[in-house]
Amino acid sequence: MNASASLHAQMHVEFPYTRSLGPVLSRFMTGLAAGRIVGGVLADGRVAVPPPEFDPTTLAPVTEFRDVAGSGEVVTWSWVDEPLPGQPLDRPFAWALIRLDGADTPLLHAVAADSAAAMSTGMRVRARWGEERAGAITDLVFEPSDGEPLATVSTGSTTEGDVTGITTPVVLDYEYVASPEESAFGRGLKEGRILAQSCPTCHKVYVPPRGACPVDGVPTDEPHELADTGIVTTFCIVNVPYLGQKIPPPYVSAYVLLDGADIAFLHLVLGTEASDVRMGMRVRAVWKPEAERTYSLENISHFEPTGEPDADFETYKKHL
Amino acid sequence: MRDVSVVGFAQRQMREFDGSPNCVELLVPVLGELWEQTGWSKTDIGFWCSGSSDYLAGRSFSFVTAIDALGAVPPISESHVEMDAAWALYEAWLKIQTGEADSALVYGFGKSSASPLRRTLALQLDPYTVTPLWPDTVSIAALQARLGLDQGAWDEKALAEVAARSRSAAVDNEYAIRKGATSVDDVLAQPLFADPLRRWDCAPVTDGAAGMIIAATDAPLFDRVRERSAAITGFAHHTDASSLGLRDLLRAPSAAAAAQAAGVSDGAAIDVAELHAPFSHQELILRRELGLGDDTEINPSGGALAANPMFSAGLVRIGEAAARVWSGRARTALAHATSGPALQQNLVCVLEGAS
Repeated sequence: MNASASLHAQMHVEFPYTRSLGPVLSRFMTGLAAGRIVGGVLADGRVAVPPPEFDPTTLAPVTEFRDVAGSGEVVTWSWVDEPLPGQPLDRPFAWALIRLDGADTPLLHAVAADSAAAMSTGMRVRARWGEERAGAITDLVFEPSDGEPLATVSTGSTTEGDVTGITTPVVLDYEYVASPEESAFGRGLKEGRILAQSCPTCHKVYVPPRGACPVDGVPTDEPHELADTGIVTTFCIVNVPYLGQKIPPPYVSAYVLLDGADIAFLHLVLGTEASDVRMGMRVRAVWKPEAERTYSLENISHFEPTGEPDADFETYKKHL
Repeated sequence: MRDVSVVGFAQRQMREFDGSPNCVELLVPVLGELWEQTGWSKTDIGFWCSGSSDYLAGRSFSFVTAIDALGAVPPISESHVEMDAAWALYEAWLKIQTGEADSALVYGFGKSSASPLRRTLALQLDPYTVTPLWPDTVSIAALQARLGLDQGAWDEKALAEVAARSRSAAVDNEYAIRKGATSVDDVLAQPLFADPLRRWDCAPVTDGAAGMIIAATDAPLFDRVRERSAAITGFAHHTDASSLGLRDLLRAPSAAAAAQAAGVSDGAAIDVAELHAPFSHQELILRRELGLGDDTEINPSGGALAANPMFSAGLVRIGEAAARVWSGRARTALAHATSGPALQQNLVCVLEGAS
């Protein structure tokens, strides 16, 4: 790879969003769990699916509900040749706005049609329910009904009681690109070197490096190497266990100010009793073996005391 | 009301920005250009406001890390909107109206290419009944386009005319990423991309950043930039219901309401309109809602079909309109920005040159 090219990494972000439901959406989702579709009556008498919590015109709460049919008519549609992750079908399908019988406003959902040629505005579609229903909009998809009667739902509700919440998995994939400064820093770490940049205006030295000096807003200089020794400016002793913790507590998380740097960064201080760690303590980086190194600050396993005399408070107080 | 003018504008747009998601590397030169245009420095700015989204960056607090580009020492008065920077401009304009600031620098940035944009944007939909299905932006726009085709609101040729004109106009725009002299037949010869839309009907995925400086004309510092000024004579934004099913997708009442609130009356003399229409049929909806006639030049920059950097494309429309006023090409210019699915939220800003 080009020594000055940006470092790229695939980044996967996954988080289940858990949301409570108010009285309106709880009624809608409880209906879905039972294989029923519930609409809300708007101020002008129209029935909207899904039921909105408030009338879009009068803003009054929606309090009246009606069951609508599981079949209806396509108002408009679009065709998906290549489904995206998380979409209701993993083969080509149609999105459609569907006006269900008994409803006045259309619902957005997927239609499992064989091809775009099988889709047309005004065509009839019907709900195809999942066997296991959680009380979520993903409990069903639609399919062309070809004039056949509505398929019946196999059983009653598969969920006990009212549905009062939903959990939506959110999965996102990014290609993370490091800035030129971060890329140089990452490459240095792989070689066991710590690279910093300084501001051409105020001459402050930043590590990890930044693209611009946060004081002056100007691009930073070319990278230069710093020693892997420094001092603890401030620290805390971690006593609380948490999920994914790699080191048994108690241990020390500290801000380490490298010699020649103007900004401290967070790292670990190990190799001594937590109770011995002090502000101003001199420390040195302990590197992972070369074979285990990546482009990450984790290449420094931790910092450990050098045994040198502590730094005088006056020398680092402006870095706190 | 205090009179406020646009006095500086800079932009960067590209297909794929090979740099960090907070776009600091783009914002530094954008700000540098703004200082050059105005002769101001950061101490002349009373308020700062940005538009961006962590969902695009894929990291938390990306707008905070972007502040490195400003040089925020000593501390600055700063705010952020999770919307296009056109809305950040609105907040800044209000701040100046309150008298708390005389000037503001507004910027937006976004790295649309970091994730599959049309999928990531499903996160702006109703999280209960829509997002769990992950409908993508292009498919939702295609539903709207077909509705208009079926109901006779527009036809394929009308869509192709918008795409052809946008691509052709963008030839003169150094920042446009999709451009070239194009005829209606050229467009119609392209295959369908998201039936019934062709690729050229859809805004290209675009990375970028933009910045703008506005100032109250009664402030002493305005005297230093008086020659380059486009007066904001109307500014408003409105929104429609979030549920697609509750809206008439052939209309955008919030765009009409914003135009009315910004003082645009039917038949008003508007020389140039920069419309933020990420899909060609949406330009047709907007022209109708904003009451724009044939004597208004639409999107001389090429508009969003030529480049659509998320979170700055709306501000770019205002900047392009201001540039036409600065150059004297337009006496009155209307700029529009949109946010949300299928033109849900709309902002209108009217700019005028000195008489």
